[in-house]
Amino acid sequence: MDNDDQGILWEVFIQVKAGRPYKHIGSLHAYDKVMAMQSARDLYTRRNEGNGIWIVKADDIVSSESSDGEAFFDPSNDKVYRHPTFYKIPDGVKHI
Amino acid sequence: MKNELIDYCLRIGDSSLILSHRIAEYCSKAPLLEEDLAITNVGLDLLGQAENFLTYAAEIKGNTNADNLTFKRREQDFRCLHLVQTPNTDFAFILARQFFIDVYHKILFSKLVKSEDLTIKGISKKAIKEINYHFQRSSDWIKRLGLGTQESNKRLQNAINELWMYTDELFIDNETDLIISKNNIGPLSSSLKIEWTKIVNSALNFSEITIPESDVYSLRYGKDGFHTEYLGYLLAEMQHLPLLYPDAKW
Amino acid sequence: MEDEKKLEEFQQKIDANIKIEPKDWMPEKYRQTLIRQISQHAHSEIIGMQPEGNWLTRAPSLRSKKILMAKIQDEAGHGLYLYCAAETLGVKREQFLEWLHEGKAKYSSVFNYPTLTWADMGAVGWLVDGAAIVNQVSLQGTSYGPYARAMVKICMEESFHQRQGFEIMVELAKGTKEQKQMAQDALNRWWWPSIMMFGPHDSESAHSNQSLKWKIKRASNDELRQSYIDKTIEQGHHLGLTFPDPNLKFNEATKHYDYSPIDWDEFWNVVKGNGAGNKLRLKHHIKAHEDGKWVREAAKSYAQKQNLIQKSA
Repeated sequence: MDNDDQGILWEVFIQVKAGRPYKHIGSLHAYDKVMAMQSARDLYTRRNEGNGIWIVKADDIVSSESSDGEAFFDPSNDKVYRHPTFYKIPDGVKHI
Repeated sequence: MKNELIDYCLRIGDSSLILSHRIAEYCSKAPLLEEDLAITNVGLDLLGQAENFLTYAAEIKGNTNADNLTFKRREQDFRCLHLVQTPNTDFAFILARQFFIDVYHKILFSKLVKSEDLTIKGISKKAIKEINYHFQRSSDWIKRLGLGTQESNKRLQNAINELWMYTDELFIDNETDLIISKNNIGPLSSSLKIEWTKIVNSALNFSEITIPESDVYSLRYGKDGFHTEYLGYLLAEMQHLPLLYPDAKW
Repeated sequence: MEDEKKLEEFQQKIDANIKIEPKDWMPEKYRQTLIRQISQHAHSEIIGMQPEGNWLTRAPSLRSKKILMAKIQDEAGHGLYLYCAAETLGVKREQFLEWLHEGKAKYSSVFNYPTLTWADMGAVGWLVDGAAIVNQVSLQGTSYGPYARAMVKICMEESFHQRQGFEIMVELAKGTKEQKQMAQDALNRWWWPSIMMFGPHDSESAHSNQSLKWKIKRASNDELRQSYIDKTIEQGHHLGLTFPDPNLKFNEATKHYDYSPIDWDEFWNVVKGNGAGNKLRLKHHIKAHEDGKWVREAAKSYAQKQNLIQKSA
C-alpha cells in the first residue's frame, strides 16, 4: 500500500463573516496547497458558508496536551491527532 | 435577428448542457474523492448556465420551455460544439477538454458581460465568476499532469493531440456570428482565436506539452446542427424517459 | 493494559456527556469500535453515490438533474467528513480504502440493491435517506467529538436529500398511470431494505450494550427503527401508496405502528455479500481507484517538484 496515495491531510478553518474568528470546520486530502485551497472551497463553502478560508497541514499543527495527559510536555506527542499509523487489526478480532 | 439570437443562445446553452452531461457520467469515478466533488461542482455550474441560456431561448421562441428544448429536441436541432460531445476517455481527456472550453468561455464571457442584450449580459455576469474558477482549476491540472510524471505527461499529450482537431470549430463564424456581432450582442467567434491560442499555448508550453499541428477537421459543425456520432447515443440516454412517457410530467 | 482507574474516569466523562477528543485516553475497544463504525459509515456514503449516479444521466428534468447532482456531491462530502473523523483515531485513509477493497470492511448493505427505475430515486431519497436521518440525528449526541461534529454537519445537509426524494414520489404519485405504478413498485422494493438499515433486533445485537454504555450509540436499533416507521407511514399516506406489509397497523395501546416480522435471511445474505450488487459496487469503486492511480501519482510528484523549487528559491 502506498502510504501517501491519498496525499496530505489538511485542516480547514473558515471565517464565516468578515471580522469573525476563523473556526475549524474539518479536514481534507490534497497533494499541494493550491489543490487544498480549491478543495476547501468546494467541500466546505458550497452553501456559501464562508468569507475566508485558512488551510494548514495537519502535521504542522501543534496541540496542547489533553487535560489528563503527562505532567511534562512531551514534544513527540504534540501532534493534533494520534500519529497516523498502519494499524493492523489483530487476527481473531471480529468485524461485523 | 430573432432566429439568430435563439440560435446563439442554443449554441452556448447546448454546449454547457452536453459538457455538464459528460461530467455527470463521470460521477463516482474520479481518482480522488475531493476531485469527484470538485468536478461535479463544475458540472453543476455548467448545468445552471445551460438552463439560463435555454430558458432565454425558449422565451424568445415562445410556446416552449428549457425542459422541452433539452428533452424533446431532435439531434439536428442541437447547436453544441463537437468538442463537448467527445467521451470521457480518461482523466487527461476530461481535463484537456475542460481546459479548452474554460479558456474559450473565459474569453467569450468577458465579452458577453458587455452585451447589448440585457438578459445575456445578466447571465454572463453571474457565469463569469464561476468560469474564472473553472479556468483556474483546469489550468492547475494541466500543469500537474504535464509536469507530474512521465506517464501523466504522455497521457495528457495524447489527449491534447486527439482533441486538438475539435478546437477549430470554436473560431469558425457562421451566419449567426455575423448577425450577433453586428448587433453588439456578442463577439465574432473568429475574434476569440488569438487570445485563446495565446493562453493555451503558454499553458501547454509550460507543461511540457507539444502543441499539435492545426488542421481543418470538418466541413460541417455542431453549431450548424451537424454532429459527431457521439451525440446520438448521449441524447438517447439523456432524453429516454420523457420520450418514453410523452404525457408524463416530471 | 488498561488502567481500572482510567476506565472509571473515562466512564464518568461519558456519563457526564463530556465529549472524548482524539488525544484523550480511551479504552482500546472504544477506539476500535469507532475506527470500524466511522469508516464504515464513510464507505456507505461513498458507495451510496453509485445507485444514485445510475440515474443521474437519465434525470428527466433540468431541475431534478441539478438536485440529484447536488445530492450525490453532498454524499461525497459526507464520506469525506467521516473519513477525516475516522483518521483522528490514528488510521490513514489509504488503510480504510484498502480494507474496503479487500472486503474486510463493510458498508450499509442497502446500497447493494439496484436502482431500476426513476422512481427509485424518489424511494431512495425518501426511505433510505429518511432512515439515515433518524440514525444520524441520534448520532449527533455520540460521545466521540469528531464523529459528533461530523454528524451535526451531515444532519444540516441531509434533510434536503429526503425532501428531494419525497418530491419525486409526490410528482409520480399524482402523475400518469405508469408513473403511479413506477412509484408503487419502487416503494415495494425499498421499504424492507430501509427498515433493515437499522440492523438486527436489540435482542440479537451483541455489541449494542457496550456501545450504548459508552454512548457511541445513543438509542437502540429497535427504538430508531420504530421511530422511522412511525414517521414514514404517515408520509406514505399522503402519497396514496400502499406499504408492502399487510400487517401494518397503528397500535392504540403503544401508539406505534405494528409491522410484520422482518425477513432476516435476506438481510444476512446481502450483508455477507451474496448478491450481485455487492460485487458490482465494490468492483466499480476498485476500478475508479486503480484507474486514477496515475493521476494521484502525478499530483504527488508535481507537489514534490514544487516544494523543491520553493526551497531552492
